[in-house]
Amino acid sequence: MFVIKFRKIFYSISIALIAVSLYGILSHGLKLGIDFKGGSIIEAEYSAAPNIDTIKANLTNIDLGEYSIRTTGDKGVILRTKNLSDVERVTLIADLTKDDTGASVKRFDSVGPILGEELRAKASKSIFFVILAIVLFITFAFRGVSKPVSSWKYGLVAIAALLHDVIVPTGVFAFLGYYQGVEIDSLFVTALLVVLGFSVHDTIVVFDRTRENLHKNNKEKSKKTFSEIVGISVSQTFARSINTSLTTLIALAVLYVYGPEATQNFSLALLIGIAAGTYSSIFIGSPLLVTLEKWQRKEN
Amino acid sequence: MNTTKIRITALLLLILSVFGGYFLYSTETSKDGQFGNIPFKLGLDLNGGTHLVYEADTSKVAPSEIKGAMSALRDTIENRINVFGVSEPLVQVEDATVGGESVHKLIVELPGVTDTEKAINIIGKTPVLEFKLQNEGLSTTTEYTMDQLFADTGLTGRLLARADLEFNQNTNAPTVSLTFNDEGKKLFGELTKNNIGRVLAIFLDGRPLSTPVIQDAITDGKAQITGQFTPDEAKKLVQDLNYGALPLPVSLIGTQTIGASLGAGALHASTYAGILSFIVIAIFLIFWYRLPGVVAVIALAVYTILNLIIFKLVPVTLTTAGLAGFILSIGMAVDANILIFERMKEELKRGLSLEDAIREGFARAWLSIRDSNLSSIITAIILYYFATSALIKGFSFVFAIGVVTSMFTAITVSRTLLIAIGIKKTNALTKFMFGNGVRK
Repeated sequence: MFVIKFRKIFYSISIALIAVSLYGILSHGLKLGIDFKGGSIIEAEYSAAPNIDTIKANLTNIDLGEYSIRTTGDKGVILRTKNLSDVERVTLIADLTKDDTGASVKRFDSVGPILGEELRAKASKSIFFVILAIVLFITFAFRGVSKPVSSWKYGLVAIAALLHDVIVPTGVFAFLGYYQGVEIDSLFVTALLVVLGFSVHDTIVVFDRTRENLHKNNKEKSKKTFSEIVGISVSQTFARSINTSLTTLIALAVLYVYGPEATQNFSLALLIGIAAGTYSSIFIGSPLLVTLEKWQRKEN
Repeated sequence: MNTTKIRITALLLLILSVFGGYFLYSTETSKDGQFGNIPFKLGLDLNGGTHLVYEADTSKVAPSEIKGAMSALRDTIENRINVFGVSEPLVQVEDATVGGESVHKLIVELPGVTDTEKAINIIGKTPVLEFKLQNEGLSTTTEYTMDQLFADTGLTGRLLARADLEFNQNTNAPTVSLTFNDEGKKLFGELTKNNIGRVLAIFLDGRPLSTPVIQDAITDGKAQITGQFTPDEAKKLVQDLNYGALPLPVSLIGTQTIGASLGAGALHASTYAGILSFIVIAIFLIFWYRLPGVVAVIALAVYTILNLIIFKLVPVTLTTAGLAGFILSIGMAVDANILIFERMKEELKRGLSLEDAIREGFARAWLSIRDSNLSSIITAIILYYFATSALIKGFSFVFAIGVVTSMFTAITVSRTLLIAIGIKKTNALTKFMFGNGVRK
């Protein structure tokens, strides 16, 4: 089956993707949003397209330190600053809107250091627990399968696929953050967790079929090798994996293009993650089983 | 199962769904329909509003009393907000552990209130009332700090039952008369009995308002604040005190304000995206799976209606992320159907009759469906537990509901409809209708 036969090629594609992503993460770093770092975001809309320089000149009443201001849409600006006290916020809003009577503040978010720290702690914990829960779940679900590859190794292969699914979207967002200022917020972490859940969903379907074919193989005493059985399982579930991911990706693509701005980065993260997840389930997960089994045999 | 029974079940399911759809429509739009008006509950990011996070300073409260104090704080602030007629405000206590220490937060959500200034003023102006005893043995020449001059007594606004405005009969000067609750009455009585001759200062928001000397034990729980007030100031103080003196000082650590137009725009975009993705998925399903595809689309429609009814009735507060989760779950709901159809195709290829292929398809796909959906549910539960914001909690809740109902509709609706169609003959036509994809 071509997925098994050419697995070395698929491994290299995956490794290349991971390498590029890691490069992005390590060299550009992750652009963390105010959810994690604390700070304030103000989005204001004016009656006509605003001039950034004029606005900047108005913002002299408070010591804002380092801040960033960008245009958004036709008539809006988004201003990102350090965490503002109440008094500073009122002054800043007055300064932002002072030349334009039709100006209004559409949105204001301010996150203090305590909330930022709380989120960082919770985000890392939740990712850890989801991965742990998934590995335990797979090991448990496939506990009946011990030949030729023991059940915990299924869990291991699942983790390898999951890491791939987490690193690639993060890498893409590292690049996007560097070149386009796209930020990583709590919704991004949520997207990663959903991708993990979904990717496992996919992987289980293939492992399930492998288990069933192994069982059938034993019962009928036919002499198929493990590699052949896995190959058959992959080809049997291929259409289903592609189609399910396709419908999910369609929903997400529509959401990205037509949905609200607030969830755009969220849907993008989900799109990349689920695409990566489908790839890893089909082209990495099962071939890895075969590779593991071959190593096992070499050792014996 | 007998084909007629199944056909009747299928028909019932379809009628129920249409009824469900009508229910959704009527409760959303008309006020005098049979079911009244039960609109969807929309979160701040769809409705506009203000979200405030306060941290309560519990340093002066004994650990065992913190829960009670936070609860009193919550009630006090809710009272304040209710006076201003905010519809469906949300005030709740949230505890967190940050860097090893407990942080006690109060979350205040004011839907529809986009004037953050006003919101903070409503809450912020709640006065902190404290009674402090002046320390004895102080020299008159040294300059002391407030903390060195005065000692806390534990008698605070928490123990106040009510405040009244009174006018001195002789001078017509306004005075604020305080009445303590039972606990306060007792404490006040003890304080005054044991400290006759000392100054018991009345502090408001950290500043001394009045410094009377204790003449006598006061056991009726009443005190008077005579100060340099104008009648207006006195009236305002009485009002503020009555709405609730804050039991704990609070500081604002997080704010979020979303303008109503931004919220409405987000709602519109989400709805549009939802409808569009449903249509595109439906087209794909019918094109690829043909007749079973039509069944899948009907199952999806039932799925959508069922979910929306659950959202309406529970009610689930919908946010932008929640709606995104719902749209995502529509894409994933198809999965169970696809698993079943692919199995069916395999059984058909193996030569089973159509009827048997359908049954075999369902039976063998069930394990996969169950295991793979379980992993999604586990993820949703962990997400909900660790969620720090209403946005994420909303998402995980909607997502979990979606996964469960998708299992239900695939197993019941799809299965019933497919069997109900009850095609027994296997010929070229049915092969086409149940075939798939593009002819090679």
